[in-house]
Amino acid sequence: MATFKDFRNDVKPNWCPGCGDFSVQAAMQRAAANVGLQPENLAVISGIGCSGRISGYINSYGFHGIHGRSLPIAQGVKMANRDLTVIASGGDGDGYAIGMGHTVHAIRRNVDITYIVMDNQIYGLTKGQTSPRSAVGFKTKSTPMGSIEQSISPMELALTVGATFVAQSFSTDLKDLTALIEAGIKHKGFSLINVFSPCVTYNKVNTYDWFKENLTKLNNVEDYDPSNREMAMQTLMKHNGLVTGLIYQNTERPSYQELLTGYSEEPLVDAELNLDQAHFDKLVAEFM
Amino acid sequence: MQINDSIYIFFTYPKGCKEMINQLSWKVGGQQGEGIESTGEIFAIALNRLGYYLYGYRHFSSRIKGGHTNNKIRVSTTEVRSISDDLDILVAFDQETIDVNYKELHRGGVILADAKFAPKKPEDTEASLYAVPFTEIATELGTSLMKNMVAIGATSAVLDLDIHVFEEVVREIFGKKGDKVVAKNMDAIKAGFDYMKDKMDADVPTMVLEKADGKRRMFMIGNDAIALGALAAGCRFMAAYPITPASDIMEYLIKKLPALGGTVIQTEDEIAACTMTIGASYGGVRAITASSGPGLSLKMEAIGLAGITETPLVIVDTQRGGPSTGLPTKQEQSDLMAMIYGTHGEIPKIVLAPSTVQEAFYDTAEAFNLAEEYQCPVIVLSDLQLSLGKQTVEPLDVSKVEIRRGKLVTEELPEIENKGYFKRYEVTEDGISPRTIPGMKNGIHHVTGVEHAETGKPSESSANRIAQMDKRFRKVENIRFNTPVYKNAPHEDPDLLIVGFNSTRGAIEEAMVRLENDGMKVNHAQIRLIHPFPTDEVLPLVRSAKKVIVVENNATGQLANIMKMNVGFAEKITKYVKYDGNPFLPHEVHSKCKELF
Ligand SMILES: Cc1ncc(C[n+]2csc(CCOP(=O)(O)OP(=O)(O)O)c2C)c(N)n1
Ligand code: SF4
Ligand SMILES: [Mg+2]
Repeated sequence: MATFKDFRNDVKPNWCPGCGDFSVQAAMQRAAANVGLQPENLAVISGIGCSGRISGYINSYGFHGIHGRSLPIAQGVKMANRDLTVIASGGDGDGYAIGMGHTVHAIRRNVDITYIVMDNQIYGLTKGQTSPRSAVGFKTKSTPMGSIEQSISPMELALTVGATFVAQSFSTDLKDLTALIEAGIKHKGFSLINVFSPCVTYNKVNTYDWFKENLTKLNNVEDYDPSNREMAMQTLMKHNGLVTGLIYQNTERPSYQELLTGYSEEPLVDAELNLDQAHFDKLVAEFM
Repeated sequence: MQINDSIYIFFTYPKGCKEMINQLSWKVGGQQGEGIESTGEIFAIALNRLGYYLYGYRHFSSRIKGGHTNNKIRVSTTEVRSISDDLDILVAFDQETIDVNYKELHRGGVILADAKFAPKKPEDTEASLYAVPFTEIATELGTSLMKNMVAIGATSAVLDLDIHVFEEVVREIFGKKGDKVVAKNMDAIKAGFDYMKDKMDADVPTMVLEKADGKRRMFMIGNDAIALGALAAGCRFMAAYPITPASDIMEYLIKKLPALGGTVIQTEDEIAACTMTIGASYGGVRAITASSGPGLSLKMEAIGLAGITETPLVIVDTQRGGPSTGLPTKQEQSDLMAMIYGTHGEIPKIVLAPSTVQEAFYDTAEAFNLAEEYQCPVIVLSDLQLSLGKQTVEPLDVSKVEIRRGKLVTEELPEIENKGYFKRYEVTEDGISPRTIPGMKNGIHHVTGVEHAETGKPSESSANRIAQMDKRFRKVENIRFNTPVYKNAPHEDPDLLIVGFNSTRGAIEEAMVRLENDGMKVNHAQIRLIHPFPTDEVLPLVRSAKKVIVVENNATGQLANIMKMNVGFAEKITKYVKYDGNPFLPHEVHSKCKELF
C-alpha cells in the first residue's frame, strides 16, 4: 500500500511561502493514498498559473498543459484508460475565464474525473490582475478603479448545468479537503471541487482571516441534505457562495463512460490495433 | 467561361447518329433540398456497379434549403480523377440550372429539363433541350418526390441504358419502406425512360456508353478513405467539432468505432478537440482530430503543446476557401503555410498531402506510425475536392497497413532509485526518446509545455534548452516516408515540370496527356510529403526541366514559394494559381502550360 509520502517527489515548489496551494497539494497526496492508489495509476493534469504547477510536485504521472485546457486533456486521458484515476487542476482564471467553456461542458459530459480549482480570486502567475472570481470593487493591476464586472459563482453555475458532484473547501481545512477529494475520486462521474486557496502576495482582501470570518461549514447547517439540489442552490444563494463541504451529489446519474454505446470495458489503451481482414472487408463492402 | 472552341472536347456527336463513347459527363441541378444529391447518388452508384469509373463533384452553398446546387458526375471506362471540362447531359429542375450551366455543354449536348417550369433554351447554345414532364409523370404515379427517378429514366433513354441496372440501388434505398415503394420508384424510372424513348427522334444523339469491365469497386469520398485509414491504423478515439468539409470523418467514425470499443466525442470547440486528442494519445491510445481552416486556427496553441511535449498527434485539415469563414463550401488549398509553420515558437512537424483517395487511406494510416515514431504532430492535409469528390476507387489493401509504435516502451522497467523520474526526454542520437504512458510502473515522468530536462521537470538552463531543442529537431532530420513525391517523369530533359499537391493531380494528369499529344515533353510531380520538404527528390526534377509550373488553388502561390525556398531555381518556377473557389479543369492547366512556350 502506498502512503502519502509515496506521492511526494524531490521537486521543491516555487510557490510563495504561505501560498494556499501547498495544502491543496498535501490534501491531494493524502487523498490519493487514502483511496489506495499507486503513483503510476494516478494522472494529474494541470493548467497554467501558479496553481498549474501542482502536477509537477506530485509523484505520479503528470501533464502540465496550456492555459485553460486541463479539462479536455484530462478527459482524453481518462477515455484512453478508464483504469486510471485522473485529476484535473488549475486556478480560477484557468477554469473560470479562459477555460470556462471546457468547465461547463465537462460538467455536462460527466466523464469520471475530479477537477480541483485553486480559487484565489486573482491571477497569481501574471502578478495580480482581476479574475472572474474577483468581487465587484476589487482593485487589481488591471482594475485600478475596482472591478466593475460581476463575479462568477462556480458552484451555482455547476448546479445549473447538471453537475453530479459539487464541493467547496478551504485550503487550511486539510482534513475536510482531503475527505472531499477522496469522495470526488470515488464519485462515478465528474466531480468539481472549488478550493479557496489564498494568494498571500497579490490578494490582500481575500486573506486567510477573511475566509475564516466569512465561510460557513455545511456540516454546521442544520438538516443540510447534499442530495437536494434545490436546497443546495438556496443555501449557496443565502451565503453568497461562501460555504464549505459537500454541496451536492447525485449518485444516480451514470457517468459518460457508462452511458456510451460500445465503449470498451477494458481500458482502450489495451485494445488490439490491427483491424482484421474480415472486419475490413465488411467496411469496404458498404462502399460498393 | 469560354469553353467552346479553344478547348479540348472529348466527344462531339454528329446529329442523328449513335455514338459509342467511353466517357460521359452528366450533371443534375436544382434548388438545394430538392433531392439533387440523391438523384446523382442513385445514378452514380448504379453505374459504378457496372464497372465504370465515376468522379462526382458537388457544387453547393452553405445553406440547407434553397440556393442552386448541382452534382456533376463523370463516367468513364478508365480511372478519372478530375472534373471534366465539358458536359454531355444536363438534367435541370429549374431555369437557373440551365442558365448557370449550359455553357459547359458541347454542341451535341442534351438538356433534359422539367416541363413544369417551361424551360427556355439560351440562344447561344447548339445543345438540344427537351422539356420532359418530370414532375407531372411523378405526380401521376403517386408523388412529385419521384421526379428525380423520372429524370434518371429519361437519362437512361438518351444513353440507351437498360433501366434494370437501377433496380438494385432503388431496392437498397427504398427497401425499408416496403416493396410497393420500390416498385413505384422503378415505375417512375420506366415512365421517364418510355417518355423519352418516344420523344427521341433522329435529332437526339444517343450516346452509347462502351461496356465497362463489370468489376465492383468502392465508390467513396476522400473523407471516407481518411476515416477508414484511421480505423485500419488502430485509431480508437476521436475528438472533433463539426465543420464542412471535415465532418464526414467524425460522422463515419462515430458509426464504426463502437464496434471496436472506441468512440468519438463531439467537443465544445476545436481547442477541446485537439487537447482531448492529445490527452488520449498521451494516455496511449491512437487518436485523431479533424477539422478545416477555422478549426485549425483554434488548434494552433495545442499543436505547439504536442510539439514540445513530444506527444503523438494526428490532425486532418480538409482545406476550404479561407480566410475566416471565406468560401466554406468551395475548393481551396491555402492552408499550406499555416500548417507548416502554424503555432508560435518552433517545433518539428510532419505535413502529408495525399493526392488521391487511395493515398488518403494509406497516408492517414501511416500518419499514426509517423506520429508515434517521431513523437510529434502529423497533419494530414486534404482539400475540399479530395475530401468530398465522390469517386470510384481501386481496392484498398489493409494488409499493407503496418502498425509501428516507435519507441513506446513495452517491456517491464527497472525500479528507479530515490523516486527519480523516468527519462522520457532522454537526449539520444536520433533525438527520439523512449516513451512511457500513464499506468506503466517505473515510467513516471513529468510532461510540461515549459522547457524541460530529460525527466520532464522544468529547466531554464541554456545548455538544457539547446540540448532539448536540438534533440526535438533531430527527430525529423531523416524522416522515412515511403513516397514523398508522386512522380510521373518519363523525360530526362523535359520542357516542362508540372507540380501540384492534393486534388490537383487529376487535372494535371489530363493536361499532361494533352500536352504530350501536342508534342511537348512533360514531367509531373505531386508533392505528398509537404514538410519536411523532400528536397532530394524534387531538386533533380526541377534541375532537369526547362520550365516549372506549380499549379495550386490559392492566391499567393504557397507551394511555389516553398519550392523556391527549398530547391532554388526561382527564375524557372512559375506559379499558376486559382482562388475563385473552383477546382482546376484539365483544359485550364493545358492552356496555361501552352502559354509558357
Ligand atoms: C493563452 C494564454 N494567455 C495568457 C497566458 C498568461 N497567463 C498565465 S497564467 C494566467 C492566469 C493565472 O491565473 P489563475 O488561473 O487564477 O492561476 P493562479 O496563478 O492564480 O494560480 C495567465 C493570464 C497564458 N499562459 N496563455
Ligand atoms: S503569487 Fe500568489 S498564488 Fe502565486 S505562488 Fe505566490 S501566493 Fe501563491
Ligand atoms: Mg488565481
